[in-house]
Amino acid sequence: MALYSDKVMDHFLKPRNVGVIEDADGIGEVGNARCGDIMKIYLKIDDDIITDVKFETFGCASAIASSSMATELIKGQKVEDAMALTNKAVAEALDGLPDYKMHCSVLAEEAIQKALEDYQSKKSQEK
Amino acid sequence: MKIYADNAATTKMSRAAIDTMIDYMENHFGNPSSLYMIGQEAKDRLEEARATVAGIINAQPREVLFTSGGSEADNQALLSAAKFGELKGKKHIISTAIEHHAILHTLKKLEKQGFEVTYLPVGTRGIVSVNDVADAIRDDTILVTVMMVNNEIGTIQPIAEIGKLCRERGVLFHTDAVQAVGHLPVDVQALNVDMLSASAHKFHGPKGVGFLYVRKGVRLFNLIEGGAQERGKRAGTENLPGIASMATALTESVENMDAVNEKIRPIRDYLIKGLGEIPHSALNGDAVDRVANNVNFSFEGIEGESLLILLDQRGISASSGSACTSGSLDPSHVLLAIGRVHDVAHGSLRLSLGEDATYEEADYIIEAAKEVVAYLRSFSPVWRDLTTGKSQFIL
Ligand SMILES: Cc1ncc(COP(=O)(O)O)c(C=O)c1O
Ligand SMILES: [Zn+2]
Repeated sequence: MALYSDKVMDHFLKPRNVGVIEDADGIGEVGNARCGDIMKIYLKIDDDIITDVKFETFGCASAIASSSMATELIKGQKVEDAMALTNKAVAEALDGLPDYKMHCSVLAEEAIQKALEDYQSKKSQEK
Repeated sequence: MKIYADNAATTKMSRAAIDTMIDYMENHFGNPSSLYMIGQEAKDRLEEARATVAGIINAQPREVLFTSGGSEADNQALLSAAKFGELKGKKHIISTAIEHHAILHTLKKLEKQGFEVTYLPVGTRGIVSVNDVADAIRDDTILVTVMMVNNEIGTIQPIAEIGKLCRERGVLFHTDAVQAVGHLPVDVQALNVDMLSASAHKFHGPKGVGFLYVRKGVRLFNLIEGGAQERGKRAGTENLPGIASMATALTESVENMDAVNEKIRPIRDYLIKGLGEIPHSALNGDAVDRVANNVNFSFEGIEGESLLILLDQRGISASSGSACTSGSLDPSHVLLAIGRVHDVAHGSLRLSLGEDATYEEADYIIEAAKEVVAYLRSFSPVWRDLTTGKSQFIL
């Protein structure tokens, strides 16, 4: 059996939503080069709906596939729904990850939360 | 194109080694401990294999102990030296920061039991200094263990000099020669070693078989209790098909060694030159004092596991020192020991060439690596920070 599911390979080989959003409403970066995975998420939000999302990831295939899947899952979602996204949901949507790779999907959840928090704090400053 | 470039992980068995194994399974199935002819014939063949292996490393047959591989040989060598050292009240061991886990984890276990271990540095070249070994030897030093060839970066350690020093200072010397046997000349007299570990699957023999050379007079402690096989030092009915196959593989590897090394060394250097054209990359380990089949590079701004999987998609099997390939959080201890910072150690690629490597394959690997590294960098936040000046390039 291959190390990864077909879904993981698909998202790793053809990652969706790769890139940056120059005028992002929220940006979240988590991880560090020390542990080997860094994820950066850019959000465009209109009326509390995530209208666009892009990511950049330095990391293993699990980390890249998790970033890609997570961006797909939150695109078009309400901010509060995206806030509830868990790494388990990301891993399940990828048809599972090897046990010792689960930590690589945690970063996707954390990066999105951080980007949403960034959006919310920017929004509250505007008020 | 399909290229197997992970021969330091394991090698494909040679035709002759497979034929020997099948012949032994079909025709020489007897238990060497049995008294009847079938058993005694198996015993003769076991001793024949031992004599072959011993002859190749310039040892006496009785100094060769068959094991289940390199890990067992390493464990037995270290635990034996520790146990008998302790009886004399000596509890200090000298090793290096770049040993295989079979050594490092055994040393950790000994540390928990109250032994003190000095891990010598290896500098940026990845080679231990003989002077450092000399300075580290104390009155209570029982053992020096230094690998002959590093499995990740292929650097060759000054074993003969360290052996001479240990002999003069009366300290036992063990070398993990798992990556050396079958690839470099190994003569236990010339190297002045007291113990040496080897593993068949690194030289086209079967997995799960290896040997420990133990100089006459050096005491051994059993890891496995039971029957009186291997002069009472390693119980268990001998894996005769594996052992005979290992002897065949070793004979063949040693016969081909010079020709193979001469053929693949320039291909290795061609790969090093080609991969070196990738911006912000660097060779890991000394360029000269390294085995003929090893190339190890770091590429800044990318992570090694994703690199490996993309190379696999292009038919190339290789390895990396990234944390995500090992399941641990830290990248390779060897790359850290030669001074690579974490970021750079994660982005490493090890290619270990086979005997049949060609320039055409090297070109294919270089092209594939260039493409894949550029692709991964295109969406790496680390690379973005480096290229926009937010952080500084290291390589
Ligand atoms: C340097 C070194 N020592 C020990 C071992 C362990 O050998 P084995 O796989 O036969 O237990 C290896 C193989 O991975 C190795 O490269
Ligand atoms: Zn990972």
